[in-house]
Amino acid sequence: MLAGIRTSDLRKTYNSPPPVAAGTGGFSFGAPKGKGKQPKPEVVALDGISLEVSPGEIFCLLGPNGAGKSTTVGVLTTRVRPTSGQAFIGEHDVWKEQVAVKRLIGVVAQRPNLDFSLTAREILVFHGAYFGLTSHERSKRAEALLDRFKLTDRADQMVRGFSGGMMQRLSIARAMMHDPQVLFLDEPSTGLDPQTRLLLWEIVREYNQSGKTILLTTHNMEEADALCKRLAIIDHGHVIALGTPRELKASVPGGFLLRLRFGQHSPDLLDRLKALSGVREVRASDGDGTDLYADRGGSLVADVASLASAAGVELCDVHISEPSLENLFLHHTGRSLRE
Amino acid sequence: MNWKAFFAMLARDAHVARRNFVALLFQTFLQPLMFVFIFGRVMVGSGYMPPSYKSLLLPGIMAICMVGTGIWAVAMPLIAEFQFTREIEDRLLAPMEISWLAIEKVVAGTLQALAAGFMVIPAAWLLLRPGVNLNVPHPLLFTLVAVLVALFSATGGLALGCSMQQTHIGLMFSLIVAPMIFFGCTYYPWSALEKFPVLQKAVLVNPLVYASEGLRATMIPQFPHLPSYAVLAGLVFFNALLLAVGLRNFHGKSVT
Repeated sequence: MLAGIRTSDLRKTYNSPPPVAAGTGGFSFGAPKGKGKQPKPEVVALDGISLEVSPGEIFCLLGPNGAGKSTTVGVLTTRVRPTSGQAFIGEHDVWKEQVAVKRLIGVVAQRPNLDFSLTAREILVFHGAYFGLTSHERSKRAEALLDRFKLTDRADQMVRGFSGGMMQRLSIARAMMHDPQVLFLDEPSTGLDPQTRLLLWEIVREYNQSGKTILLTTHNMEEADALCKRLAIIDHGHVIALGTPRELKASVPGGFLLRLRFGQHSPDLLDRLKALSGVREVRASDGDGTDLYADRGGSLVADVASLASAAGVELCDVHISEPSLENLFLHHTGRSLRE
Repeated sequence: MNWKAFFAMLARDAHVARRNFVALLFQTFLQPLMFVFIFGRVMVGSGYMPPSYKSLLLPGIMAICMVGTGIWAVAMPLIAEFQFTREIEDRLLAPMEISWLAIEKVVAGTLQALAAGFMVIPAAWLLLRPGVNLNVPHPLLFTLVAVLVALFSATGGLALGCSMQQTHIGLMFSLIVAPMIFFGCTYYPWSALEKFPVLQKAVLVNPLVYASEGLRATMIPQFPHLPSYAVLAGLVFFNALLLAVGLRNFHGKSVT
């Protein structure tokens, strides 16, 4: 059965710190209580996320840290209770039909969460047992996945001594062990060396070719560009752009971005820059910075320099970006994905 | 209910316990058996304690072993797995209601506590003999009490494991477990507190009192002990309370 993903107007507001970050409050048998009359701090993680991922699609959530990517994955994988809105995997409401949803999904969390009391092979075999695979199937699939992820020679060792990259590979193998229809990969290439990253991409594409839906989150534009059929760029819990990588890149005015920094701010200079041939949009950014969107890159620098010189303004810095998702993010938010 | 997943998780816990068997043996039995040797053998042998103390001590030691094992087996993995290692996430994503994962932890802890309880009896008896007068007139009642004590240890482990921060494990033992053992009528019968009436009433909020008195009532009924109905009522009440608190906190930890 093929299954897609659908969310409508998903909102999540945290009014207490997540458990891991919950300070040093010691133990408590009761619900956490506010001190005095101070209102509880509210953190809006998702602010109306509506997405539709077709069955068999590789879909990417791209955004900076704290944008709401992992919370979206958390809601879709039954681990985060949405404040409002709905989420579906296939035809199943994630919150109301959790067991049915859990049968359909495989999840690779952002941080390794392997069972440290077991060996690599046992991790896969017990995972298969939780999903009701027969003993024969479990052994066969575990063997195949260990081989595919190049872990066979460490299969019978405890995972405590594994490197970060090996743990990540094993986490992905485990998520595929029960052959889920929808695979969630939350920042899967974090900590992987370039060679392993390519292996991961190859495996993800191969898994997708068997008709499986894949949702991955990343703040790596190259990864989103290389893997995804469609992607959503999210920031502060909002979807700010949605489409194929090609469509999204084409939506940036001109495609090229020149980030300029002048010795002083000059509105007159900005007007002259707008009149240059090929320039589509000029925006003053923080301080003395100016972002110039254009359909050409390096060839504009000489024109910009002469205009600045004529206006008596020093051109201190120029940075040219070719058409990219980074430019798109900057265009929508005024911030870099890496900030 | 997905019994396949439930039993697969029990099998996983049994596998891990088997792998750590020797460490578990030392952890569970070393300290209580040293206590048995010093207080039951050395102190009684040198005349500082009456010979009857040997019999009186054994049910209390059994209670300590069971409660220690259950709490350790359930609480410690939960504290680590929910916070630092997040190992439990794999099982939370298994196709089963998450409450059943908590119940599986309780069942695994109960079985380990029962095993510890039944293993410590012959070990302590060997250290103390001769002079131990065990007398189990109602084996069924004894079994029921032992199961309830083991269940209490595991539900207590669940409640503690889902309420503690990893940085407060030391505090858990010094602020909760140690006072519970010393004021839990483990080394003395509840009736010995008659000269401290306020304390005698206050310790009734300690579930370990019902555990040690229950084992005393069913293993050495010739000594003074709380009536069986009070023991059963106390254990059932605390088991239900700790299970309810444990399940609620388990949900709180599992879903943000």
